[in-house]
Amino acid sequence: MTTERSDLIISKLKPFDVELADVNGSPGYYIPKEKVIEASGVLKNELGFNSLVDAVGVDRFTKKDRFEMIYNLVSIEHNERIFLKVRLDTRKPSMPSLSQIWESANWYEREAFDMVGIVFEDHPDLRRMYMPENFEYHPLRKDFPLMGIPESIPLPNK
Amino acid sequence: MLLEEIEDLKKDDKGGQKKSKILQALENKDLNVQFEDALGNEMVLNMGPQHPATHGVLRLLVSLDGETVTNCVPELGYLHRGYEKLAESCSYHEFIPHTDRLDYLSPMANNVGYALAVEKLLHLDIPERGKYIRVIIAELARIQSHLLAVGALVMDIGAVTPFLWAIREREKILDLYDIICGARFTTSYTRIGGVAQDISDEALAGIRKFIDDFGENLDEMRQLVERNKIFIIRCEGIGYLSKEKCIQLGLTGPLIRACGIERDLRRSEPYLVYDQLDFRVPTYTDSDCLARYYVRVEELVESVKIIRQCLDKIPSGPHNALQSKKVLPSKDRVYTKMEELIHDFMIINFGVNPPVGESYSAIEASKGELGFYIISDGSGHPFRMKIRSPSFSNLQSLPDMMKDCMISDTVVIIGSVDPVMGEADK
Repeated sequence: MTTERSDLIISKLKPFDVELADVNGSPGYYIPKEKVIEASGVLKNELGFNSLVDAVGVDRFTKKDRFEMIYNLVSIEHNERIFLKVRLDTRKPSMPSLSQIWESANWYEREAFDMVGIVFEDHPDLRRMYMPENFEYHPLRKDFPLMGIPESIPLPNK
Repeated sequence: MLLEEIEDLKKDDKGGQKKSKILQALENKDLNVQFEDALGNEMVLNMGPQHPATHGVLRLLVSLDGETVTNCVPELGYLHRGYEKLAESCSYHEFIPHTDRLDYLSPMANNVGYALAVEKLLHLDIPERGKYIRVIIAELARIQSHLLAVGALVMDIGAVTPFLWAIREREKILDLYDIICGARFTTSYTRIGGVAQDISDEALAGIRKFIDDFGENLDEMRQLVERNKIFIIRCEGIGYLSKEKCIQLGLTGPLIRACGIERDLRRSEPYLVYDQLDFRVPTYTDSDCLARYYVRVEELVESVKIIRQCLDKIPSGPHNALQSKKVLPSKDRVYTKMEELIHDFMIINFGVNPPVGESYSAIEASKGELGFYIISDGSGHPFRMKIRSPSFSNLQSLPDMMKDCMISDTVVIIGSVDPVMGEADK
């Protein structure tokens, strides 16, 4: 990415209290969750990041800001990749859904809800992606044991 | 679970029992009128998970008006093995065999993608010969995967002969894998910092013989398919997605190239030695099943071109990086030299310990962008690893493609998306 473009992105994101991060050479931007909807609107409509190719839900297992969402954004015409990051609370991790901005966020957020337990407000269809509907836990949390929890999935009665 | 839902379907809405969430998702909330006439009613059809045309354990709930699909809800997770959770307790080397099982139709490409992701985290560069070997095996994997995709698409339409001919060619690639790494399916060929063993001259000669014959055999198969009227009528205009929709849905691979966007990570974010090779990125603008077929077939031709250039250019020299703290030594040296034995012991028991940080690296696999987002806390196993699988993202386009198509077209559309559930379900 050229320095002009990265300066432009930073200046456009300045009103949203942006905080810079580094993902091994690619730029990352922390945005507070209250302003993430407006910031992603700017990223998509003014800066050309029109494709959301992935979203990662992370459980950092720290006391403060335990959870994090990382959105992997691609601009096809500028051939650039940036990471939009949102820190979430420890107690009740929730953030507004970005599926109204990028349609592909629908399934990625469902996966993050299923695996890490982040709740997305205004999501059109927040169901579990992989695990059964009546499963109570979120397997990719660090306090979920690798061997699973016995009897967490009821066996079919004969 | 499945039986209960079908029982639910039979029951009246006022029957008192609550509908499952997947059925609620299928219902159209704006238009929910129950007609008295039995012919006017919407019918719900459950396709899968055990359905031959779904290429795996994909389950679709389709609501039908007569023979026209009005809505469709895919349901995933029947092959969910929790690889992202498993990775957190595996060392970086231990996870390589698991990558074979992601996209089990092109295991070599997954091996390459994973090794590149870990090497990017370690800031490790591998020698030229290793890079050329990786390009060759990744392109063989693309041929292997596309042959099955094209063959299965044609077989879903009703032509069995091209499928058998494609499988015949695919079998030769599996035999080549046997010579290269000793296994046909679960290859696990790459290592962090190189490959498990050097590629032999016998294997290189075998690959050259295969690509010399392949062009002719492919043309033979194409003649059988492309001038077939039934094939064209069944594919043309089916599963159309507009360009804007393709970008919105985050599609990658042959699906986005079939709608006129020239996005190929080999060209736009070059890795290995792709920037030194001469190849074309085939694009079509029709964005239907026929265009996707043509993109795949032309990619086969380009892959052969890439392999031929690599075979001419491949240099001699070491195939593994010379970093004894990070790269596994060869076995004969482990058994005879003290230094290598210590390094082998340390890497196997304590891992390669990349620096603290995050990294994302993606390759262009046969289905699209295969990426690994790895968060490292400095220990021998990843703190969190997210697999960005192309099949998962591409499957999200199914409801949009299937809207207002006929029920018999659903199998063609699934064939043109070419999902592999091992990858989509992780």
